[in-house]
Amino acid sequence: MNFLVNLIAAAVLNGAPLLYGTTGEILSERSGNLNLGVEGMMYMGGALGLGAAFYYEKAAGASASGPVAVLLAIAGAFLAGAIGALIYSVITVSLRANQNVTGLALAIFGTGVGQYIGEYMRVREGGYVAIGNTLKTYFQNSPFPDALQRIPVAGPLIFGYNIFVYLGVIVAVILWLFLRKTRSGLYLRAVGESPATADAAGIHVTRYKYAATVLGGGISAIGGMVYIMTIAGCVWNHEGLSGEGWLAVALVIFCLWSPLRAVWGSVLFGGLMILYLRFVVPFFPTQLYKILPYVVTVVVLIITSMRSSKDKQPPASLGLPYFREER
Amino acid sequence: MHSASHQIPLVRLAKREGGSGSRSWAIRIAAIVLALVVGGLVMVISGHNPLTGYATILSGSLGKTSAIRQTVKNFIPLLGTALAIAPCFKMRFWNIGAEGQITAGAVCASYFALFWADKLPQVPLLILMFLAGAVGGGIWALIPAFFKAKWGTNETLFTLMMNYIVIGFVKYLQGGPWEKLPRGSQQIAQFESAACLPRVLGVYCGWIIVLILTVAVFFYMKYTKHGYEIAVIGESENTARYAGMNVGWVIMRTMFLSGAISGIVGFMLVSGANNTLYDGVAAGVGFTAITVAWLAQLNPFAMVGISAMLAILEKGADTLQTRMQVPASISDVITGILLFFMLGCEFFIRYRLIFRGRSSREEGTV
Repeated sequence: MNFLVNLIAAAVLNGAPLLYGTTGEILSERSGNLNLGVEGMMYMGGALGLGAAFYYEKAAGASASGPVAVLLAIAGAFLAGAIGALIYSVITVSLRANQNVTGLALAIFGTGVGQYIGEYMRVREGGYVAIGNTLKTYFQNSPFPDALQRIPVAGPLIFGYNIFVYLGVIVAVILWLFLRKTRSGLYLRAVGESPATADAAGIHVTRYKYAATVLGGGISAIGGMVYIMTIAGCVWNHEGLSGEGWLAVALVIFCLWSPLRAVWGSVLFGGLMILYLRFVVPFFPTQLYKILPYVVTVVVLIITSMRSSKDKQPPASLGLPYFREER
Repeated sequence: MHSASHQIPLVRLAKREGGSGSRSWAIRIAAIVLALVVGGLVMVISGHNPLTGYATILSGSLGKTSAIRQTVKNFIPLLGTALAIAPCFKMRFWNIGAEGQITAGAVCASYFALFWADKLPQVPLLILMFLAGAVGGGIWALIPAFFKAKWGTNETLFTLMMNYIVIGFVKYLQGGPWEKLPRGSQQIAQFESAACLPRVLGVYCGWIIVLILTVAVFFYMKYTKHGYEIAVIGESENTARYAGMNVGWVIMRTMFLSGAISGIVGFMLVSGANNTLYDGVAAGVGFTAITVAWLAQLNPFAMVGISAMLAILEKGADTLQTRMQVPASISDVITGILLFFMLGCEFFIRYRLIFRGRSSREEGTV
């Protein structure tokens, strides 16, 4: 029992960065923009988020307030991702370049910028960029009172996580409500399914594509910051971050472009990533656990293409350009 | 663009007809220069002189024979993989799995290097490794192509996932069955010298192979029936079907070929560059090469120039780090900026912007 509780708690913790990355990418892909630059945006978010909290603490000294540091880290990461996604939108939507190639360029650019900033801060600050222990608790400890956390089983499973887990779930649920229950959400889905039809119906296709991609990029980038501040222990560690963005792209497929499925999907993927540490099956080499998320994703991809159920498909115009004049 | 009134919008677009070659190149060169200026700004912000920065990049990559050799070593896989991607992209099959196809080819070639080196002399062994690499990469590419041809499975996402599956598999080989003795190092042994590609002019002979491939791919795409079929499918799948082409078959054949070339790159990397196999064997080349191929407009000879430019940047940035303490990731930053500008500038080659004030005068001439 205890083993299972620990496993689930660890899976949730490891899934949180993925949840942000995936939620943001779902928003972007719903508008028809396949932004393959998630990896890059998460790098930028990680470096800038850490930088924002670090320099705030340095400026404020002992009077630094935890909530402000958390907010600044979120804002820094969001801004970094939004800028990356804005570059992507200008090039693909306004300048009509190929989405795949531009996304990969953003992945290269973003990992470069993230590492450059991370490395630059490290050199400038004399070899080590980390925030103090008092502030760390705001990033890594549960916001709920001890009494709630000590409830057996339910305590660690429901109240034991850091603030970003809860925020991530809230963002995913809001996005789900937005896509399913609001008029703007319907319009956004229409843009992703058939931009020409949406355009004819008077929906401002360009505006929706920009808004969804930029917002989505910002949300994805927060995932990079969450990884650095929780799992990596508030220290710049670019190696740990590598692969998170690509895994988020995989998770988007796995949860069939639904933010609600992303919530439990991220827990599952997070669990698969750490399972090798905790659960060893004889005859199944531990190194192969890490490829399971990708194998599962491929299977999902194949099955969805073989079945033709209408609500479980990628947005119909995903990755395709839309230029009104070239219909 | 949705103005309710009948005003003429501030900016309108018109397609350029024909477009002169010199004009397009002027725009492209302007984009490269602008990108380098922006890249220089990045250096200024982090407190370095951009002119010395760029001078260091040039001298660090081309200044000495040993530096040129390292630059050529960066150049070989980049050009080879860009060539592999060209036929797929021409067909509008978005193969972003070159990273995995390189790795799959590297694994198959390494099998013979590790277990057959004592049984065969050098030349047949290398030929066998070459073929194994080609077949391995080809089969790895064939899997997504099969599902695309049969059920229309999204190839962008499928090929992307295939990368991480094979890279994870190499990690397993490294720490498991292929780990060198004594165990615990998580590394695969260095190859016997018989399994290593010989050097020509100081660099392993892969550069000759990629230059031959450049001509071969150019000829294949431009002057063969296969190349023609690829071009037709890229323009319109329905036209291709109507003309009686077996689209599924062409997709699978082209992807096998593309994967095979990537696999050959994988063979060259393990046999020539690294003399061993490890999980980072492709090291992002598969992704960078995609942008190289696209920026070259899928023209093999243009790929030579663009690969050379990025290889110089990559090697030069290493020197920049050792000499000026600029993080070497500056090469990725500048590469990214270069790609953004070059991707964006194509728009200004294809379209003409007409501003409101001038439009009435030009209306008559267009």
